[in-house]
Amino acid sequence: MTLDYLTGMQITPLGDQALLVELGQTIDESTHRKVQSAWRSLAAEPLPGVTELVPAYTTVTAYYDPVQAVQAGAPADQIVDWLSDRLRERLKHPPKTAKTKGCTVEIPVCYEGEFAPDLGIVAKQAKLTPAEVIKLHTKTEYLVYLVGFAPGFPYLGGLPKILATPRHAKPRMVVPAGSVGIGGQQTGIYPCATPGGWNLIGRTPLALFRPAFHPPTLLSAGDRVKFRAITREEFFRLEAGA
Amino acid sequence: MITVLKPGLLTTVQDLGRPGYQQYGVVVGGALDALAARTANLLVGNEENAAVLEMAQTGPTLSFSRSTLVAWCGADFDAQINGESCPRDRPVRVAAGDILRFGLARHGLRAWLAIAGGIDVPLVMGSRSTYRRAGLGGLAGRALLGADQLSGGHPSEWSQQVLGKLLASNQRATAWSVRPDTIGRPARVGVVRAMRGPEWDWFTEPAQQAFFQATWVATKEADRMGVRLKGPGLALAQPREMISSAVNAGVVQVPPAGQPIVLLPSRQSVGGYPRLAAVAAVDLRHFTQLRPGDTIRFEEISVVGAQDLLLTQARDLTRVRLGLSRLLA
Repeated sequence: MTLDYLTGMQITPLGDQALLVELGQTIDESTHRKVQSAWRSLAAEPLPGVTELVPAYTTVTAYYDPVQAVQAGAPADQIVDWLSDRLRERLKHPPKTAKTKGCTVEIPVCYEGEFAPDLGIVAKQAKLTPAEVIKLHTKTEYLVYLVGFAPGFPYLGGLPKILATPRHAKPRMVVPAGSVGIGGQQTGIYPCATPGGWNLIGRTPLALFRPAFHPPTLLSAGDRVKFRAITREEFFRLEAGA
Repeated sequence: MITVLKPGLLTTVQDLGRPGYQQYGVVVGGALDALAARTANLLVGNEENAAVLEMAQTGPTLSFSRSTLVAWCGADFDAQINGESCPRDRPVRVAAGDILRFGLARHGLRAWLAIAGGIDVPLVMGSRSTYRRAGLGGLAGRALLGADQLSGGHPSEWSQQVLGKLLASNQRATAWSVRPDTIGRPARVGVVRAMRGPEWDWFTEPAQQAFFQATWVATKEADRMGVRLKGPGLALAQPREMISSAVNAGVVQVPPAGQPIVLLPSRQSVGGYPRLAAVAAVDLRHFTQLRPGDTIRFEEISVVGAQDLLLTQARDLTRVRLGLSRLLA
């Protein structure tokens, strides 16, 4: 495996307790693969003082405790350099853990009635019928770039450009859990009730955040997502069974 | 057993947070002022990570069914036990049937109450901290309500001995105290130290200067996630879209309107606004006490300087821990 993520990689401090490992400048699948690969390398074994590693679109952030780093041998006035060297050293070696191939997760969505208050807005914007919007939205396979913002919230890439719809100027006070929305170029699913400005085109009965399980989220970075249109009856049946 | 007679405005169970789950979008959270929570715990003989009660603006009124040791640190609340003053920053003896009432904060905003043995709620993802947005941790994932009951864990040998001594001398509290403000090298009043952030260079030179020169005013838009400040507009040198990336407590992010937000421990895991600066970890606690209209200034510090402050704080805390353990020797 080539270690192409080392080219152009930058490590910069984010305050006094985190380092940003930057692996690219754009949101695309190749940068995503670099981030995932670097993340697995770094997470393979504990790093001295590092408490948590968090991947995003173009970065892996290493959160650390400077006190632990010094206890592990870092010179007190060179903690950043000492830790950066260890991150770089670790990244020279390919991930030891087998590449966890992201799975494709099918998400049932009811695109009807009160579950889809903004379907008409999206359709009008795309100059399509609501049925065509649903067909396009369910036909596409999306990539989970990262999970963040709210517990279990997936940042999905791959929305057909024609469906891109500006977010509401005034966000809703409460978006119900399970709502599937479109905000600009992005589409996603709200795992819990929260304020939000995206256009709501459907709702899934699946729980995206399930704290009693490990991992506690239905989706992980690297997974693929496909939406499947379901009827209201199926929605309520799945919801009751969940 | 502790019965909640009045819950206060927003009282939650918190420990030192829930690290390790940000990759799932789960916030770290925990006591907003970790130093205050750790100190309060040490003062009742607990592990520093034991669960405490965090209160804001109006504190709770609690009734105790058993004699125990408590300690609180933080804002200047008018705390009373059965109508008599309950002093801050020291071990205080509570007898069975006593009522501890916090009332209103006279200065500052938040305080942390430790109870010997810690507050016994289930560990969720490795932490007892309340995470209200996800409805988990703490007491049923929510703030305290009237008539709630809290159980305490097992008090340490140390706390039982201190309790015994107070009882024998018929004292309510110890004469000595440990103030979190004296641990480490605190900033001057109204000044917090901050480092340049990853997107510092994105801002205009006037914006960079204004950040460290202006007096910033805390707004009403403040919660456990962050505090929005008001002051001169901070503009980008040219319009640029930031790709969402990790943030941390203390990060100063600047939305398009140009007014900075200082992120606190219940911040989200990723953010999409340029990160102009980052507050030194040891100084972040000052933002948990700001009321709307309070002012603050930023003073520049290097990453090495900020880490030196953290190391000093850790050394001082070790000294406090040792001093307390030798108290009974």
